[in-house]
Amino acid sequence: MHAFIQYVQSYLDSDQTPGGAGNVFWAIVYIMLVFVGLSIAVIAMNWLERKILAHMQVRLGPMRVGPHGLLQPIADAIKLLLKEDIIPAEADAAVFWIAPFIVVLAAFTVFVVVPFGPTHAITDMNIGILFMLGVSSLSVLGIVTAGWASNSHYPLIGALRSSAQMVSYEVAMGLAVISVIMMTSLNDASTGTLSMIGIVQAQLAQGEWFIFKFFPLGLIGFGIFAIAMVAETNRAPFDLPEAESELTAGFHTEYSGFRWSLFFLAEYSAMIAVSSIAVTLWLGGWLRPFPNLLSGPTWDLVFSLFPGIAFLLLAVMCFYNTARMPKHPLFRVQTMGLAGFGVVLALIGLILFIPAVRIRVTDIFWFAAKVAGFMYLYIWYRGTFPRYRFDQLMKVGWKVLLPTGLALLILTAVVGMRTELWAELQGAWRP
Amino acid sequence: MTDPNTLSPLDLETPDKTFLDANELVINMGPQHPATHGVLRVILRLDGEKVMGLECVIGYLHRGVEKIAEHRTYTMFNPYVDRMDYVAAVSNGLGYCEAVEKLLNVEAPPRAQYVRVILTELNRMASHQLWLGTHALDIGAITPLFYTFRDREEILKIFEKYCGARLTTHAFRIGGLQYETYEGFEKEVKTFVSFVRPKIDEYEELLTTNRIWLERTKGVGKISGKDAIALGVTGPVLRASGVKWDIRKAQPYANYKNFDFDIPTGENGDTYDRYLVRMAEFRQSLRIIEQAVDNIPEGPIMAKVPKVMKPPVGEIYHSVEAPKGELGYFIVSDGSTQPYRIRVRPPSFVNLQALDVMCRGQLVADVIAVIGTLDIVLGEVDR
Repeated sequence: MHAFIQYVQSYLDSDQTPGGAGNVFWAIVYIMLVFVGLSIAVIAMNWLERKILAHMQVRLGPMRVGPHGLLQPIADAIKLLLKEDIIPAEADAAVFWIAPFIVVLAAFTVFVVVPFGPTHAITDMNIGILFMLGVSSLSVLGIVTAGWASNSHYPLIGALRSSAQMVSYEVAMGLAVISVIMMTSLNDASTGTLSMIGIVQAQLAQGEWFIFKFFPLGLIGFGIFAIAMVAETNRAPFDLPEAESELTAGFHTEYSGFRWSLFFLAEYSAMIAVSSIAVTLWLGGWLRPFPNLLSGPTWDLVFSLFPGIAFLLLAVMCFYNTARMPKHPLFRVQTMGLAGFGVVLALIGLILFIPAVRIRVTDIFWFAAKVAGFMYLYIWYRGTFPRYRFDQLMKVGWKVLLPTGLALLILTAVVGMRTELWAELQGAWRP
Repeated sequence: MTDPNTLSPLDLETPDKTFLDANELVINMGPQHPATHGVLRVILRLDGEKVMGLECVIGYLHRGVEKIAEHRTYTMFNPYVDRMDYVAAVSNGLGYCEAVEKLLNVEAPPRAQYVRVILTELNRMASHQLWLGTHALDIGAITPLFYTFRDREEILKIFEKYCGARLTTHAFRIGGLQYETYEGFEKEVKTFVSFVRPKIDEYEELLTTNRIWLERTKGVGKISGKDAIALGVTGPVLRASGVKWDIRKAQPYANYKNFDFDIPTGENGDTYDRYLVRMAEFRQSLRIIEQAVDNIPEGPIMAKVPKVMKPPVGEIYHSVEAPKGELGYFIVSDGSTQPYRIRVRPPSFVNLQALDVMCRGQLVADVIAVIGTLDIVLGEVDR
């Protein structure tokens, strides 16, 4: 037992990722943790999207299953799993069967290199960002096969739109990413890096998030990526492949039940994946706000209190809503459920105040908080924008984002070079 | 491929060849489809995403309303007309009642006329609100739907208070009204007017200058005034093409000649102009309602009409400006208690003819936008 605790301790204090340490067992533990965390995030996202969208649209959203509809995603999941699994008679059964798995596989595999903290990643590849972009574009393959195997017109058009869209926006996305990689090479400590952890550490070393680097160049790059990532995940206002008013449901029209839920899962985890790329590349990844400006143990302590406070605030919200529940015997179970949920949140909040936990969780918290901001943006877009038409989408991708991305690339190179020269000149003048 | 110039009197820009001579993709849109506003079936011939031509298949909601009329007395048929354009039931009722009144040679008393105008204009707004919500939903903006439905609810509440029904109201009777307005009707309508005016700005705020909305609607589904007239298109669709034609002004019925209002028109005849025209009509309806509520006279609400209606032998055509266009009733009387023949000229049915002209050479997504902007109700198309 003691040996085991020491083993755990030794790992927790390690400064390497499981992959980096070559520790297969820990890697598997991490994979499980990421998988579970991702599933919970997707479930939470499902509920939050419906709720937030509903409140933007002057309605309540799910209210029946559980207090304030908290159990709705679970009820939905059970419903989906119990539904009949239909493979259309005209479909190519094998390809139809395999397509959702390709999509899910692509969406989940990218999380191998996502750094939730300096050591909280399954592994740290030296080609991390390349791996992420490469694997996430594999999902196009799944979508095309899904649309083709359905052997039906609407899915076919959906799949065509989807593949064209994802391929075109990957170009712009790649250009924005390259500009960041150029920025990392301006680091004194190291040369440029493709590693996800390395990129965040470069931001720490250079003392600013890359979104503010070479203002406004970093911001433009971030803007290009932020637009391309919405298109990449097929979300509003670029949700043409599944434009429900035109193509009923796009490439997954013929899918139902469990297979459909796989597409759903993949879509939401892809959203989280691209948001994590954006956070890592431009918003300082796991870094808390002002890690250099407000450094020192006092500020570390202050910022590490945030996770606990956030959960306590959520708990207070729960209790407030518990007090507002109708005082009627019919609502007793729901009221108790909501209060119980609040108690759980409060307990988590309190646990997050324990110093040993606090230190290890704060990185993950800041990462998750930034990703959550992106998730909110996704919902907000969906509530606000009409849908682009296919040709307009292509126009935005090729005629606006691509030239901007190229110009950005050149400008970043020029500005970056000039800064280095400048530094060298300065060094020459003052030896 | 069929001859592209079958609709010869119109200038159709028809793509006569697919790109690289590829096979045409024939898609069956509807009758169960989220964006065909009911049970419209559109057979699309596509070259990739480009529309080579389309054909509407209708009749899925045919209930034989016109035939039913031949076996009902004039009074008994009145509620049936509400079931045609069920989102603008009051306008349908107004058209029918006035047509029969013309046949009987009676006129509704002034107070009844004013109440009719108020309710009809309220209904025009309710219909336009439903159009705006669903049209925006088709183009992908999901939020306006809920805003418009929230405000439409207030109109339906007024209807419910007045006659007990929200949708198929049967609000009017031949010769006037059955019910006197309820206590506080005028005040409630006035409150509604001041409530809804800022809300219309709210809808416009979401859409009118929205970049994506502009790109999706400008230049989409264009129809020239000449083509629109040739196809018999009426209502906001015709006015957006720059033709100033509104039955309320052209052939005043009810007492519309007593009211001061403008006919908003567009210039380009595209989807965006149709949107603007309807948004302007909201405000004009509010103007009419305000004037009507302020000047509503006292007096009887029912003219002297016989219990058993036997209009003299003859025929009549009477049309009103329904929210969707010219709604006409052609009634042939053989002197008995039942009409010999009723023929309805439904605006949706006629406007739907323009769909092919508007969509040729455009993209699939535009077909959806154009179906939305035509503002059709399949209950009225099929009757």
